[in-house]
Amino acid sequence: MTALIFLTAAAIAIIFAVVAVVHRSPIMNVLALVGMFLAIAMVFAIIGMDFLAAIQVIVYSGAILVLFLFAIMLLDLRRVEGIGEGGVFQLLLGCIAVIGLGGAVVFAAARLSPETGAWVTGAEYGTAYPIGRALTGSHLFAFEFVSVVLAAAIIAAVYLARRDR
Amino acid sequence: MWVDAAVIGIKLVAVVGVLLMTVPIMVWVERRGSALIQDRLGPNRVGPAGLLQPFVDAIKLLIKENLIPAGVDKLLFVLAPTIALVVALSLFIAVPFAVDDGLELVETPIDGFIVAPDLNIGILYIFAIASLAVYSIVLAGWGSNNKYALLGGIRASAQTISYRLAMTLSVVGVIMAAGSLHLTQVVTSQSGVWLGFLPRWNFLIQPLGGIIFIVAAFAETNRLPFDLAEADSELVAGYHTEYSSMNFAAFFMSKYIHMVTSAALITVLFFGGWQIPWISLPGGWMGAGLSLGVFSAKVVFFLWLFVWVRWTLPRFRFDQLMALGWKIMLPLAVLNFLWVGVAMASGILT
Repeated sequence: MTALIFLTAAAIAIIFAVVAVVHRSPIMNVLALVGMFLAIAMVFAIIGMDFLAAIQVIVYSGAILVLFLFAIMLLDLRRVEGIGEGGVFQLLLGCIAVIGLGGAVVFAAARLSPETGAWVTGAEYGTAYPIGRALTGSHLFAFEFVSVVLAAAIIAAVYLARRDR
Repeated sequence: MWVDAAVIGIKLVAVVGVLLMTVPIMVWVERRGSALIQDRLGPNRVGPAGLLQPFVDAIKLLIKENLIPAGVDKLLFVLAPTIALVVALSLFIAVPFAVDDGLELVETPIDGFIVAPDLNIGILYIFAIASLAVYSIVLAGWGSNNKYALLGGIRASAQTISYRLAMTLSVVGVIMAAGSLHLTQVVTSQSGVWLGFLPRWNFLIQPLGGIIFIVAAFAETNRLPFDLAEADSELVAGYHTEYSSMNFAAFFMSKYIHMVTSAALITVLFFGGWQIPWISLPGGWMGAGLSLGVFSAKVVFFLWLFVWVRWTLPRFRFDQLMALGWKIMLPLAVLNFLWVGVAMASGILT
């Protein structure tokens, strides 16, 4: 039963991912991306990662893609031109990238056993506690450093967008 | 086994039924309440005190032609109201609306008869599903191929992004005080007294967070004074300008169901959920019934607050709305959870 739901979610994710790339209407691309992220959240939920599933929906479907849609609506993009006009070289590069990335994922997954693969087990599996402790404990420096990088990015964006040069 | 199945069935039918029934009742309260506030009569012809008016309206909507105008993007046009209704109805699942300790049905102990599935991420689930609601508005605005609808959709997405931040940050204080994302634990953490005599409600401990959450809830439900997305004097009807019949009804119903969910969330997060100050509830079916009554009373009060505010305050200008969200509410929300942190560290709040 679980395997069936997992396969369905995975198939939905792959179909939406293809639609997100090949469809000619930008708004449909974004919607397909939303569908893909929801399907991935479903996969997280199946393996008991409730927290990650919720965060996946909140951050990607709920925040980032709403901004994408907002930009598309403001710019009034109705159709994308030039899909599939690349040469053989691009196609070859794309294939190599896909095979390389997919191979890396499969290789990494094959090396994990169910026993050693799960970092958190027991009652806290899937909850927010271990993630919170890791972010404010052992990974505190990286966590704070990312916020500095993001602040720098925001300041740069504001500087680039201001009108009176 | 069959008891579990029956429990799930009863729960689904009861919750969805109550949610859907609140729509006509709230429409009646809204119209009679506005009449009361504006010193006029309101609908009083159909049924006693006009009570049957919303049902007549519903029949009118049902038998109207479901018009899909030429030039709209058909898929998005139909998808938008569907998303609106699905999101509105799935939100309420995670709201704990009564205590359910030691309940038994035909001598089988049943867990979660009243409270929703035991989600350890309760509040995050609600935020996650609620964040999808903006798609219905954006897609309706875009798919309608109408400039008023598009402007409504753009306004709505900007507004939702702005207020979602303040709303989420105002809840951080609640989660800190409860030490859990689990909504039932958020409610039980508000039992007892604080400083010796005050009920330990989050609204009294962190009033700033409570006020920010309530204001953001008004913005999230797109009601006055934040109804910029459908400001009738500027945008005809905003994102649902082109909708008629049941497609329009789907938007209309989802708006009122969102109101109920928001009122329930305000109650759970800041006003102690189903608890009565200074009194501990009995267990079993009596406690369940009593707590359900208390919870409903609080929700009804906040529903009336929604109506009350709508007919009292005028609409903001769009730049005022954005300035309020980003320059005032966001810093205040940060201040709120700093206060909770200080209070927890210094032992005022233990």
